[in-house]
Amino acid sequence: MSSLSYAVADSATMLRRQFRHMLRYASVTVQLIGMPVVLLLLFVYVFGGTLGAGLGDPAGGRARYLEYVVPGVLLITVAMGATGTAIAVAMDMTEGIVARFRTMAIFRPSVLTGHVLGSMTQTMLGLVVVTGVALLIGFRPDATPVEWLAAAGVLAMITLAVTWLSVAFGLVAKTVEAASNLPMPLVFLPFLGSGFVPAESMPTGLRWFAEYQPFTPVTETVRGLLLGTAIGSSAVLAVAWCTGITLVGYLWARKLYDRDPVR
Amino acid sequence: MTITPSRPAIRAAGLRKSFGGQVVLDGVDLEVPEGTVFALLGPNGAGKTTTVHILSTLIGADAGEVRVAGHDVARDPDAVRAVIGVTGQFSAVDKLLTGEENLILMADLRHLGRREGRRRAAALLERFDLLEAARKPAATYSGGMQRRLDLAMGLVGDPRVVFLDEPTTGLDPRSRRTMWQIIRDLVAGGVTIFLTTQYLEEADELADRIALLDRGGLVAEGTADELKRRIPGGHVSLRFADADELDSAARTLGEALRDDEALTLQVPSDGNVRSLRALLDRLGDAAIDDLSIHTPDLDDVFLALTGQPDMRKEPVR
Repeated sequence: MSSLSYAVADSATMLRRQFRHMLRYASVTVQLIGMPVVLLLLFVYVFGGTLGAGLGDPAGGRARYLEYVVPGVLLITVAMGATGTAIAVAMDMTEGIVARFRTMAIFRPSVLTGHVLGSMTQTMLGLVVVTGVALLIGFRPDATPVEWLAAAGVLAMITLAVTWLSVAFGLVAKTVEAASNLPMPLVFLPFLGSGFVPAESMPTGLRWFAEYQPFTPVTETVRGLLLGTAIGSSAVLAVAWCTGITLVGYLWARKLYDRDPVR
Repeated sequence: MTITPSRPAIRAAGLRKSFGGQVVLDGVDLEVPEGTVFALLGPNGAGKTTTVHILSTLIGADAGEVRVAGHDVARDPDAVRAVIGVTGQFSAVDKLLTGEENLILMADLRHLGRREGRRRAAALLERFDLLEAARKPAATYSGGMQRRLDLAMGLVGDPRVVFLDEPTTGLDPRSRRTMWQIIRDLVAGGVTIFLTTQYLEEADELADRIALLDRGGLVAEGTADELKRRIPGGHVSLRFADADELDSAARTLGEALRDDEALTLQVPSDGNVRSLRALLDRLGDAAIDDLSIHTPDLDDVFLALTGQPDMRKEPVR
């Protein structure tokens, strides 16, 4: 029963289940996608004039800041999606239906892969919407189609990584409330990196953290691909971080799911 | 009902389980012949649900051997899972999906194919009187409907062994009777049923064999009649007009159990007409307000064997 075709079939079945949940709980999806859009508009139109002036570019201003902040907002979208994933998983685990799945001869991790694929779809959709809004308000990247594709690939990788980690958060949390709190630091990581202002502008301790935390190389890689800024070692670091987090999240989630579910 | 000896559908030997140092099951042995109904009866916390969880491969036992339909639950859980259906104590339906979607989800996970899955879903919706609500989210269902859907979901894969963990707890009397009829129909179709309940009446109604579980161990096992035979017979309860009448009757009868507050006497009796007449003759013209005959039921068995107080209380959770 654990052959590859059953693994694919059962994961697809669980993914269909997730899609149905999203359609019935559409308000959650709208919120998870709407919040980053609001943040984008807030940062560009409220803070953008001032923050843009600080970027040290004579052209300066709002238009310049819009360019700078888009990768940061894209990562906020990924992080917020993660919060949704953790809540959805934690809610699912409180339902009797998951106990039923465990007593069926199905590909065991399919419940989890269904969540991951569903959340990834939701987050990628959010990324498209945020990028679309950014383009509407004047975001003009000079990326070639290949660079667009590469940027999408990097974002998909970080989404996969963060989503598996959030699945583990959702499983380890004893309550749904706890599950909604656990991924909170992820939402702050883009702020504590190069997402919204350059790391060099921060005080020493914070700057050190900003330079070494995983979201920074991802931000820099996306920024470089879309806007032609220097990427350097960021791409390799980004891929390494994503792979590492995915692996840790996946193994942790599998372990948590495989333990006896009662008490 | 006679039980033809056959290969046991469920066999458990020396089942043990503790949670964090607290022993929940302390060496339970069970054998359920194919095509019969087995009721595991016990108060809250006796270990009924844990037993179902182990037998249905949800959790592992600390010790002991379990075979369901001939397969070892620890070594070959998927073979067991392929032939069982489980209905949990708390409804195991996806509340965001409709009844129909829930059933098709089960069919998909059983790899029945699209057409066959839809066919079975439609048949089960009809059989369980859920056709009208088929396109509504399960969250909007009443308790009885959710239980029926829950049971229907467990039957999508045509299981040979069905586990029902307190299938009627919290249901109104009418839904309870509907559920009983569904269970009887299943048995008529040759399915083996493993049922837990805290309702003695339910075990009495449905089960071929009953086991009493108390504090992690089986304290008795047998048919309802066998169990009833294990305790002293019934009694007649007499209520008197006042304390004087009670006094004089108590003096006359001697061996009766007396309750001064309720003004009652309980007299051992098998409840047949001749012994009742004899009893009333002995009392002459005593002012008896009320007379009731109590034949032994499983409640008495339970009280006698476990020393537990009233178990019909709803679980507090």
